[in-house]
Amino acid sequence: MDKYLEMIRIRFLMMLAYRTNYYTGILIYSINIGAYYFLWSAIYGEKDAIEGMSVIQMSTYVAVAWMARAFYFNNIDREMAAEIKEGKVAVELIRPYNYLGMKTMQGLGEGIFRLFFFSVPGMVIVSFIFPLQFSAGLTTWIFFAVSILLSFFINTQINLLTGITTFFLFNNTGLIRAKRVVIDLFSGLLIPISFFPVWAQDILKFLPFQGISYVPSMIFTNSFSNNEAIKAIIMQGIWVVILIIPIQVLWIIAKKQLIIQGG
Amino acid sequence: MFYIAIFFQYVAQYMKTRMQYRADLFVEIFSDLLFQAVNLIFILVVFGHTNLLGGWTRDEIIFIYGFFLVPYALFSSFFNIWDFNERYIVKGELDRILTRPIHSLFQIVLERMELESLFGAVTGIAVMIYAGNSLGLELSWADPFLFFLFVIGGMLVYGGIFVMIACISFWADARTSIMPMMYNIGNYGRYPVDIYNSVIRFVLTWVLPFAFVGVYPASYFLGKEEWYLYSFLTPVIGAVFFSFSILIWNSGVKRYRGAGN
Repeated sequence: MDKYLEMIRIRFLMMLAYRTNYYTGILIYSINIGAYYFLWSAIYGEKDAIEGMSVIQMSTYVAVAWMARAFYFNNIDREMAAEIKEGKVAVELIRPYNYLGMKTMQGLGEGIFRLFFFSVPGMVIVSFIFPLQFSAGLTTWIFFAVSILLSFFINTQINLLTGITTFFLFNNTGLIRAKRVVIDLFSGLLIPISFFPVWAQDILKFLPFQGISYVPSMIFTNSFSNNEAIKAIIMQGIWVVILIIPIQVLWIIAKKQLIIQGG
Repeated sequence: MFYIAIFFQYVAQYMKTRMQYRADLFVEIFSDLLFQAVNLIFILVVFGHTNLLGGWTRDEIIFIYGFFLVPYALFSSFFNIWDFNERYIVKGELDRILTRPIHSLFQIVLERMELESLFGAVTGIAVMIYAGNSLGLELSWADPFLFFLFVIGGMLVYGGIFVMIACISFWADARTSIMPMMYNIGNYGRYPVDIYNSVIRFVLTWVLPFAFVGVYPASYFLGKEEWYLYSFLTPVIGAVFFSFSILIWNSGVKRYRGAGN
């Protein structure tokens, strides 16, 4: 266990060394939040509420969805692809740890760094520019904290899956890009799931994506009742468990047919 | 003439290299399509809840997006200078470019072109035809020519802004993240400028004129007479920004001292 914690720490420190990159990152996210803020304000127009959400809830949703993305987002699929292509993965497999577990921990170290140096200050800055509403209820914050952690795991597991496909496809840059686009749309980052037409919602219900952005953002904006929030968090937990299965299966197959060329 | 010949030489070489990895090419085009589809789905879903967006109908917004895709596709095919600093300045590749008897910017455009992005123009035109049909837009004899002019204008706006930002590397060594920021600001131009507040509208019109890539020129074809003046300014703004960027580029190249070795 110690070595995994150490990995989180090292990643955190590594990110800390390059922290200036993050100041512009906050600016970029704020620009995106701004674009969607104006769009949604225009969409609401004179309306008080759409699908039970007010304009202020909507702008808070947009802001928190983007800032939370900074926490759960990571590039471990790309890192894995690079390591597999360069043959470095051979060395990784010899080392006395679980490669996938280690990758997850690196992602977590990165996530924790971004949470403190990106999401939190970013949220403060954004709240000065746009009218946002923060919940005062302690339960909301606890639910949000649990939910955001689970969304990190779901997103990371999907990244691991995409990363493992490199073993079979050799070049999956296109797939990685496609995955990112799909997640942005179906996770509810761009539009809350409840805004989709009913038939689409019925399909999305059976996919893990909404556990990534929609659930924590809805909890943060108080758009879920306590009951709904608990149910949604349980769904997230179930997905975290379910996703372990395809990862393990693919991982075993991948290791069997792995051929290292050089390294 | 020489430049045109060189251009086609490069295109031929490019085709050869890309055709070598067909599967990769296919996936790339597919992921581009997916990205465009996501933006369209966004518009469609949003209009399931409202009839007007700042006074614009659904099909008008879709039309604007379709138009935006065409100059943007041209831009991303020929102006891949977002990594100019790392690729040419830090690695000293610019030295190689400068020893050759063709304008340096033109060479970089040729070297870095990604013709598969042109596929986005096809998507854009298809989207425009679809939206134009549902709006019942009529095509006059001048429209194709104006379309061509506006598309070139839009591409030059984008190209001009990005060349200017690339020029920063001639004066400042540090890596900047202004490039990705610009890509995100560029997205503002996809939607009608009247939904933004006046400061942003001013910036999008005169400072970083991304509105001239989407809304303004598209307004002409949508028959929005209040924007006609801006529509016809598109090629002017494009020419001004791009010429200005070339001037900065040229003086930047004069300043260039190489990265050692």
